[in-house]
Amino acid sequence: MYAQLVDTGQKAVQDDATMSAEDRAFQQRIDADVKIEPQDAMPEAYRRTLVRQIQQHAHSEIVGMLPEGNWVTRAPSLKRKAILMAKIQDEAGHGLYLYSAVETLGVTRDETTEALLAGKSKYSSIFNYPTLNWADIGTIGWLVDGAAIMNQIPLCRCSYGPYARAMVRICKEESFHQRQGFDLLMAMCRGTPEQKAMAQDALDRWWWPSLMMFGPPDASSVHSAQSAKWKIKLLSNDELRQRFVDQTVPQAEYLGLVIPDPDLCWNAERGHYDYGAIDWDEFFAVIAGNGPCNRERLETRRKAWDDGAWVREAAVAHAAKVAARDRAAKEAA
Amino acid sequence: MSAAVDATAARATSAPVAVDARLADALLQLADSPLVLAQRLCEWIGKGPVLEEELASTNVGLDLLGQARLWLGYAGEVEARTGAPSRDEDALAFHRDQQEFRNVLLVEQPNGDYAMTLARQFWFDHAHRLLLDALTRSRDERIAAIAAKSVKEVAYHVQRVDDWIVRLGDGTDESHARMQRALDALWPYTGELFVDLPADAGLVADGVLPARAALRARWLAEVDAVLATATLTHPDTAFMHAGGREGRHTEHLGHLLAEMQFLPRAYPDARW
Amino acid sequence: MSTPPRNEWPLWEVFIRSQHGLAHKHVGSLHAADAAGALRNARDVYTRRNEGVSIWVARSSDLHASAPEERAELFDPAADKIYRHPTFFPMPDEVKHL
Repeated sequence: MYAQLVDTGQKAVQDDATMSAEDRAFQQRIDADVKIEPQDAMPEAYRRTLVRQIQQHAHSEIVGMLPEGNWVTRAPSLKRKAILMAKIQDEAGHGLYLYSAVETLGVTRDETTEALLAGKSKYSSIFNYPTLNWADIGTIGWLVDGAAIMNQIPLCRCSYGPYARAMVRICKEESFHQRQGFDLLMAMCRGTPEQKAMAQDALDRWWWPSLMMFGPPDASSVHSAQSAKWKIKLLSNDELRQRFVDQTVPQAEYLGLVIPDPDLCWNAERGHYDYGAIDWDEFFAVIAGNGPCNRERLETRRKAWDDGAWVREAAVAHAAKVAARDRAAKEAA
Repeated sequence: MSAAVDATAARATSAPVAVDARLADALLQLADSPLVLAQRLCEWIGKGPVLEEELASTNVGLDLLGQARLWLGYAGEVEARTGAPSRDEDALAFHRDQQEFRNVLLVEQPNGDYAMTLARQFWFDHAHRLLLDALTRSRDERIAAIAAKSVKEVAYHVQRVDDWIVRLGDGTDESHARMQRALDALWPYTGELFVDLPADAGLVADGVLPARAALRARWLAEVDAVLATATLTHPDTAFMHAGGREGRHTEHLGHLLAEMQFLPRAYPDARW
Repeated sequence: MSTPPRNEWPLWEVFIRSQHGLAHKHVGSLHAADAAGALRNARDVYTRRNEGVSIWVARSSDLHASAPEERAELFDPAADKIYRHPTFFPMPDEVKHL
């Protein structure tokens, strides 16, 4: 997902019996579905985990602008260009809402940004893959945004108020991204043989990374279990991945595209699709910085940040000058 | 229809055909500047100096792109009245070569640093607003309607860019120097904004287009007022580049179009 | 988390009136160097989908909030004043306009 492998700092899931009185009171509020607000007391581990998770989520939105930005200057019609510009702009907005949620936890946006640029804070593995043809733009909307929505809708009910509220706003805006991606692919799949081939090529490259987005199986993960207990992770990675496969297979069939998994088949007994083994070595390599685009993505963000420094500084300097002049004028009066 | 009837019909409409051909060209002049500028703003996506500015600058780009689409749509209709093969907005945007583009040279200049992008926007936005405002009084109702919608958007672009010119001009030493350098560099491209092409004289006389030269004094007063607050100036040089609106461009436009037009040119049969 | 921000733009809270006649409602936050910038950024960030007819911005540092630990003394006393609510006074069905 947009936040993968979030470290809770816990070696074992907290046990009610050994918790401190404060932590137990906190857990009781969570269990009673009371939303936690910024000023409320909260265990430091909960706060730190949330910061990590929301930061990863925010960074994913921001870095996620880059693979799409790669095609915005080459969009093949003016309508598609406008749609793509608006979509990437939404992602900037989502990043902004989420950075704001992080700020309610006492970490400024500059600090969060610097954590990304220093490589200390992660973003979703999916955005380290390249966009090589125009159908990739549709495929990202269809698969990547589709997977994101699946994760984000439950997060609208998560225990931390500002995060939940940001998610509500994001989900409202996000629902059109998936549709526009599918719409783009429908046009390609009904188009010329070359267009159809582009769409299949895009699906071949994005299918497995999309499944990896949900993260490794988490049945045995301490972090996932603790996050679930705190209600900042509401469904398991495998549960979400299965839902995603189940909903996507018929959509691919509608498009006339072949999902690149020979083991994919309907399991009537389970009532779900079975799918082949995921190459987790690839996932961990990408997470560790060795995906096809990790270096370029971070360099682009670093360059934007460094090149923009004088602009940000000038705006602050100007505001200070104006404030000083206003003060002087008041004193003179 | 007989050949004789065809010939009579052609004679009867030959004058309007010439007018329509000229009107189509004038509409492309209105379309191509926002189109090319929107394309330039697209290049900033994901690379802006601050997140809020990403959203704001994309809004400007979307406004400009929307305006270009309206003008192109109308240009295509008018062009079709001349008996030319019908071209929609995409045919016009993606299948014309650089010498057929009618944008001012200013908007095709590269983004440079943020000061260069804002200077380009500053010189253009003020002129754009004055032009659109005058076009709301065009005797061509479609032109007046498109201008009325667009002028509201551009009024906001003007406010926004003015704020930035003042911030950066009256910010730090570095921002002041960068801003002044950018304004100086792009100044020689501002003359073309106020040129009245001889070929458009008929449309101006008919009240379809405003006389652009008449807009310059007000433009200068507006930009000078902002520059004064920003502790910036414009150069005194009188030399001005021109030719963009007649299809004579700088080297930059060809590269911009090569990127923008790649897919429709490579796959001419495809629908996207 | 320890180094102070060097030149970070201050944080602002944004309130939007979605329709004429409704109150402004808190919609989120953003950064801006000054109030004019905050208003413009609010327009570009929070009203892209026709969400508003009016915007307020206030510096986050200028907002004062009640403390969560005072919740009991601030709000609990109102809980048992049920006689403040109209439903406390049942009216006979045949009596109208009350």
